[in-house]
Amino acid sequence: MSTKNIMIVGVGGQGTLLASKLLGDVLLRQGYDVKVSEVHGMSQRGGSVVTYVRYGEKVYSPVIDRGEADVILSFEKLEAARWLSWLKPEGLMITNTQEMEPMPVITGAAAYPENLVEKMRAAGARVMAKDFLAIAMEAGSPRTVNVALIGCLSTSFAEIPEEDWLAAIDRIVPEKFRDLNKKAFALGRQAGQKEDR
Amino acid sequence: MKELMLGNKAVARGMYEAGVTFISSYPGTPSTEITEEAAKYSEIDCEWAPNEKVALEAAHGATLGGVRAACAMKHVGLNVAADPLFTISYQGVNAGLVICVADDPGMHSSQNEQDSRHYARAAKVPMLEPADSEEARVFTKRAFELSEKYNTPVFIRMCTRIAHSQSVVEPEEREAFPQVPYQKDPTKVMMTANSRNAHVRVEQRTKDLIALAENTELNRVEMGDTHIGVITSSTSYQYAREVFGERASVLKLGMVWPLPEQLIRDFAAKVETLYVLEELDPFIEEHCRKLGIRVHGKDVFPICGEFSQNLVRACLGFDEPQTLSVSDAIPGRPPVMCAGCPHRGVFYVLHKKKLMVYGDIGCYTLGAIAPLNAMDLNVCMGASCSGLHGFNKAMGAAGEKNSVGVIGDSTFIHSGITGITEIAYNMSNSTVIILDNSITGMTGHQQNPTTGKNLRGDPAGKVDLEALCHAVGIRRVRVVDPYDLAAVEAAVTEELAAEEPSVIISRRPCVMIRGMKHQPPIQVDSARCVGCRQCMQIGCPAISFREKKARIDPTLCIGCRVCGQMCRFSALPGREVTEA
Ligand SMILES: Cc1ncc(C[n+]2csc(CCOP(=O)(O)OP(=O)(O)O)c2C)c(N)n1
Repeated sequence: MSTKNIMIVGVGGQGTLLASKLLGDVLLRQGYDVKVSEVHGMSQRGGSVVTYVRYGEKVYSPVIDRGEADVILSFEKLEAARWLSWLKPEGLMITNTQEMEPMPVITGAAAYPENLVEKMRAAGARVMAKDFLAIAMEAGSPRTVNVALIGCLSTSFAEIPEEDWLAAIDRIVPEKFRDLNKKAFALGRQAGQKEDR
Repeated sequence: MKELMLGNKAVARGMYEAGVTFISSYPGTPSTEITEEAAKYSEIDCEWAPNEKVALEAAHGATLGGVRAACAMKHVGLNVAADPLFTISYQGVNAGLVICVADDPGMHSSQNEQDSRHYARAAKVPMLEPADSEEARVFTKRAFELSEKYNTPVFIRMCTRIAHSQSVVEPEEREAFPQVPYQKDPTKVMMTANSRNAHVRVEQRTKDLIALAENTELNRVEMGDTHIGVITSSTSYQYAREVFGERASVLKLGMVWPLPEQLIRDFAAKVETLYVLEELDPFIEEHCRKLGIRVHGKDVFPICGEFSQNLVRACLGFDEPQTLSVSDAIPGRPPVMCAGCPHRGVFYVLHKKKLMVYGDIGCYTLGAIAPLNAMDLNVCMGASCSGLHGFNKAMGAAGEKNSVGVIGDSTFIHSGITGITEIAYNMSNSTVIILDNSITGMTGHQQNPTTGKNLRGDPAGKVDLEALCHAVGIRRVRVVDPYDLAAVEAAVTEELAAEEPSVIISRRPCVMIRGMKHQPPIQVDSARCVGCRQCMQIGCPAISFREKKARIDPTLCIGCRVCGQMCRFSALPGREVTEA
């Protein structure tokens, strides 16, 4: 099997780290070689963040390059557009439709581009866009956006049964928040299954 | 059992397995997690030292006391630790000493892109370089063996991509390391004949290490197609394998100083075209040239920046993957000071007063970014004090009345103390602002000597900043609350006017410190908001502009009320007097 590439992108503070932790854990237990790579430091302070997850028989490079991602899981719409060129032309972009204004937009130095989902589709990308913040709220907390997104992503792995994902949540999420996160996962997964791509 | 492990955590695991009992470090991205992860093992006494020089001296001292010890730092930290490094190389160790240094190609979170391998050669200290987490664990253990066998400190060189990538590791048990008795040895005093003899020993040691490099398992040849050969190490090895697969032969170097000679000659003889693939400087390449071997290196690949598989492909003229894009300009998303950051108020005042600001290294370096734009320059930790002194010596009153240095609490302890001593002793009328947020923020919230807690969060000694400044000879020392803009402005105005050096301590804990109590978020009184955007001058990420009015994001706002002090229309609540 050739190496598969998944990117998780978003804004510092959105919980992308938990998402990549769950994904890495599930993939490792499927018996794959796995590499998960992220940059710590500055990026935590509201900056653009990216995590690369690669898996297969043997993974070499820890990073995913332009034109290489099979799936990009984006926590924020502008970030989806920022990282679009990392997607394979036949890859899948899953994005939250939530908008978070970066400082240049707040100060008026730049504008937040409009209709990004349509524009990404026009560029030839397969895009699944959903309001995952609303899904997280339905689950009970805006902080579960990350797990709702993972739920949606899980539908891209036909070979991995749902129990494996739930078991990863059991291992990684503290008990107090487990049920909440499982609910968010289930709602995200439903959203992914419903979507015709 | 197999486990996904961060490169830095794997180094910590290697230390644990090697029986290490003492680690002294100073934080710095991308090295910080090494010490933080090691601290999770109760068997290892881990500490944050005031700076890297102190950390290395402490770790070396522990090895004299007979235990395996280590320290970790980022690349620029090694500049600070360079003085002890060169003589510890002569001095040797009593038990293993490993120095982990993490380089940052691409400068994800650093002010320069220096290549630490030059230190290995200059100080004649062997350097191992892992290419993934499992190697990080294994090489770290190996480094302790080499340290004892060759009586030398040993470097582990990490880079951002290895330090901050998780890959599969198979942990092993911890080995017991019996403490080595301390014996007084008159040749350990580094002067005259002792130093001369030690240097002779070091030169012989390097020859012995070259012999080791020729056939150590740390260096390995992976033969594939022989049209192309690649000599490489670290993350570049991963890119080489990614790009070439079996279509090239690879000499992977795990020990990057000293470098083998015969091994490289033999490998070169087996391949037609030879590349050296290495990030940053042509270190291995120059070694090959010295051996008279023809290689391609920096004629093909860049010195600046980080590599990736596409970069390697592009440099070699290979096809790159197709990509998609939208035509809109995508606004950048630079990191920003958090909502409620106590640094913000100080920078707003400095911006307003149009002062020359000699900055330093920390979260507050973000004060340089729009809309605050309140920093003229920075150099390295501590330069805000000493550099400002020199500037004012050159400028006289024109400088002294219009300039300040700003420095964080951790940075001040690291190397600001000598700077303000310079100001007091050599009498420039300089004004330094210490941004005391009770934590080392930038690197992810480490304790430091001003916080009263040690690395594990337990009670510890505490530096009294006011008393310290007084003690070095600064008589004007005052404390302000940075949430009170008027008080900050008054303090800055008065201290610049004063005819002697001053220190202003801006004191407010970082809002991100765990367990900090926050005030409720504020709300905009839309009836009063005229949309003048004055509140947006402070660059708070919780404030945005919708339908011609300011809007507060209640999930970000922590109720610091600095913005309210900007509003002339009382649309935002102003300052409430609360205890800092
Ligand atoms: C010699 C050196 N060591 C370490 C670092 C990494 N580093 C950058 S900022 C920083 C800490 C800053 O803490 P502080 O001065 O308290 O300011 P804060 O970030 O809390 O505002 C460190 C350790 C560095 N840049 N240079």
